[in-house]
Amino acid sequence: MAEAAIELIGINKSFGPVHANRDINLEVARGTIHGIVGENGAGKSTLMSILYGFYQADSGEIKVNGKPASIKTSNDAIAAGIGMVHQHFMLVDNFTVLENVILGAESNALLNSSIAKARSELVRLEREYGLQVNPDALIEELPVGLQQRVEILKALYRGAEILILDEPTGVLTPAEADHLFRILKQLKEQGKTVVLITHKLREIMAITDTVSVMRQGTMVATRETAKTTVEELAELMVGRRVLLRVDKGEAKPGAVKLSVKNLVVRDSRGVTMVDDVSFEVRAGEIVGIAGVAGNGQSELLEAISGIRNAVSGSAMLDGKPIDLTGAADPGELRERGLAHVPEDRHHVGLVLAFEENENSILGYHDDPRYLKGPLLNIDAIVADAKDKIEKYDIRPSNPRLKTANFSGGNQQKIVLAREIEQDPGVLIVGQPTRGVDVGAIEFIHKRLIAMRDAGKAVLLVSVELDEIRSLSDRILVMFAGRIVGERGPEAGEGELGLLMAGVEQKEAAE
Amino acid sequence: MSAPYAKLPAWADYGLIPLVNLAVAFIVAGLVVLLVGENPFRAAVILVEGAFGRGQGIAYTLFYATTFIFSGLSVAVAFHCGLFNIGGEGQGYIAGLGIAIVCLSLDSVLPWYLLFPIAIAAAALFGALWALIPAWLQAKRGSHIVITTIMFNFIAASIMVYMLVDVIKPVGAMAPQTRNFLDGAQLPKLNWLIELFGFAKIRSAPFNISFILALVMAWLVWLLIWRTKLGYEMRTYGFSPKAARYAGISETRIILVTMMISGALSGMMALNPTMGDQHNVALDFVSGAGFVGIAVALMGRSHPVGIVLASILFGMLYQGGAELSFEMPNISRDMIVIIQGLVILFAGALEHMFRPAIQALFASLSPKSVGMAEAGKGA
Repeated sequence: MAEAAIELIGINKSFGPVHANRDINLEVARGTIHGIVGENGAGKSTLMSILYGFYQADSGEIKVNGKPASIKTSNDAIAAGIGMVHQHFMLVDNFTVLENVILGAESNALLNSSIAKARSELVRLEREYGLQVNPDALIEELPVGLQQRVEILKALYRGAEILILDEPTGVLTPAEADHLFRILKQLKEQGKTVVLITHKLREIMAITDTVSVMRQGTMVATRETAKTTVEELAELMVGRRVLLRVDKGEAKPGAVKLSVKNLVVRDSRGVTMVDDVSFEVRAGEIVGIAGVAGNGQSELLEAISGIRNAVSGSAMLDGKPIDLTGAADPGELRERGLAHVPEDRHHVGLVLAFEENENSILGYHDDPRYLKGPLLNIDAIVADAKDKIEKYDIRPSNPRLKTANFSGGNQQKIVLAREIEQDPGVLIVGQPTRGVDVGAIEFIHKRLIAMRDAGKAVLLVSVELDEIRSLSDRILVMFAGRIVGERGPEAGEGELGLLMAGVEQKEAAE
Repeated sequence: MSAPYAKLPAWADYGLIPLVNLAVAFIVAGLVVLLVGENPFRAAVILVEGAFGRGQGIAYTLFYATTFIFSGLSVAVAFHCGLFNIGGEGQGYIAGLGIAIVCLSLDSVLPWYLLFPIAIAAAALFGALWALIPAWLQAKRGSHIVITTIMFNFIAASIMVYMLVDVIKPVGAMAPQTRNFLDGAQLPKLNWLIELFGFAKIRSAPFNISFILALVMAWLVWLLIWRTKLGYEMRTYGFSPKAARYAGISETRIILVTMMISGALSGMMALNPTMGDQHNVALDFVSGAGFVGIAVALMGRSHPVGIVLASILFGMLYQGGAELSFEMPNISRDMIVIIQGLVILFAGALEHMFRPAIQALFASLSPKSVGMAEAGKGA
């Protein structure tokens, strides 16, 4: 076997009572692609942050190319030849590709020489790895896939021999993801080492040579990818058998609960994000909106839930009009039976600094059940929260605990419990399982199906194509603010992927 | 991403860290005292004795603290809603106008216990209205409230100069102030309360009944923030305007209401120096108490109990500082301001400076104690 590019020996890291990494041993052979999988909170990101110098391990040793390395800052990591591509890109939007690449690696106060050097270096990297990108393009004008390529270029420009990618495909279309994988394979052929952190098991199977599974801060197994299966990895991740498929019966669509006509929504900069969108959702069906992040789904959700004013268009809820261009406010829509699980539970759906019970009434705090005159009826609120904690198996089961101390999956359950238990007629859900662990995903999916079977109308927006395909009864694909197609749940991934990339639309225009 | 800091047990969070900050502030202040050639230990003794040594000193300390409790609560209420009201100075100053109107017109008619509630209402109303304008500009026009409230301090000062010099000043008087209030607008003293604890007779100290009002307000603010629907909405908006929007809380309404409550508390700050002490409304009677409120709120972690304690600390600095500059001529009034500034710097602005070190210490001493404060509650 090849020499180890990275060796982690006995790494421990605690945050207070949370033992995020417990005696982690990991060896990544040079010139391989090594996957690390695990549920949210399993300690993958902590481990990589230690490797990249964001955190210091409490104990343990890091060896790079066989030599002990002391990595205290990300500069140390870069010097040791480690580069990282973050989940959220660290790029300056209004800089060019070239400017971003040299940012922080300028050789002297005057930029000219750095830029000239970088330009020739970029040409070399392009030749060697097939990483084409126009060095003079502005970042904000590049699609996400190319922005990610710039991140990779940044790392390579700094001499990275070892590349860590944190959930790299979350923002990519299937085609872009394929392209990324081709690049990674090329990097591997050139002798680079790649560490891929992901929760998508299919990607692990498709591209890695070896894979390590983390659970609750420990490294539970390392396998050669060729000798393992998706089922085994899922079981290792969760610690029990998981149902990867969603069981659901035939949908029985009833009356139209929510309809939207010619909706136009602009973002705060005045850019049209939702462009003349019309659709309806019936009782007893789940309508999924597929699309790559940033194609207007977020703004669509915000407009329908009353958070953002639409520019024009009309909408009906239960056959009665709602004015999404101004008057409708989230509180009023809630009263009329439209519940909303927002995409961003950290800043919108929850107040992380609140106690769990305080979050369990957010948006419903006008309900007389929770009030005693002008005062909050804290006993009633806590009892109600306890009830939901039991029903939704939220852990830890303490309604007085700060919400920030719950894991992503449990936070999402807090939001879902709050919205579903109000028994709304229409439920709109954004990214219900983003950053949620496998066990909770199963639970959340079952809940959504149960809502549907109880005759509720469910509108689901997700960038996870698998999720859309397994839950939806009808799939609408959004691209550049428009709905570019409607398909049944049986539609293939390739077909939907093309729609999501706007391919059909371009062909139609020709 | 959550902060990589461990959580401290509550007693360390609310007790130890402020004490460490305070100790460092006093050490640095001691160095300053040393620099001007005085003995810092003797200075410390004079300061503390001046503030707490005799009944007279305690009465003055609590008198100053009274004003700071109001201004600290004012800042804290706005802060819970994510608004930084640094216009307490102006809101308190303008409230003096309301007090003047009520007192000058009613002090010969009503006894103090009937006039006081009216004066409270007037002070609160004037303070609230003065805060309402920046609040409206913030809510409707997006003008940043920090900028507008500080500007409104200057406008308030100019208005008060005009009112006191050209309108309210009795004809023929030299000083830019109202005539002295009659008995009906003079608040009863509370010095007997301190004498109850065995201190010698207090000859003249302005410690008065508005201290009780301050404590009542502290309790009401606690009730408002943590026990009412309005407080819940304020905190939601303060932590996350997006979550507030999602929850159907009107941004305009919550900003206006919060700022009016904050302004009303700032307004009530004016009762103590006017009706409680000087028995008139004079030029510059607020003298910076509105700004001290910012430090008090920061140091008291925006919690009423913390604010009362921090107010007493600042009252001590004011009273003990006055004694100090009297006893040690080398230490001028300005030096006292420097010491106060250091306390503000370490307790407020640099509040988190020692936190990582203390957290690391706790984590190494007993990993279990850290962060289990809340989780352990249920067990």
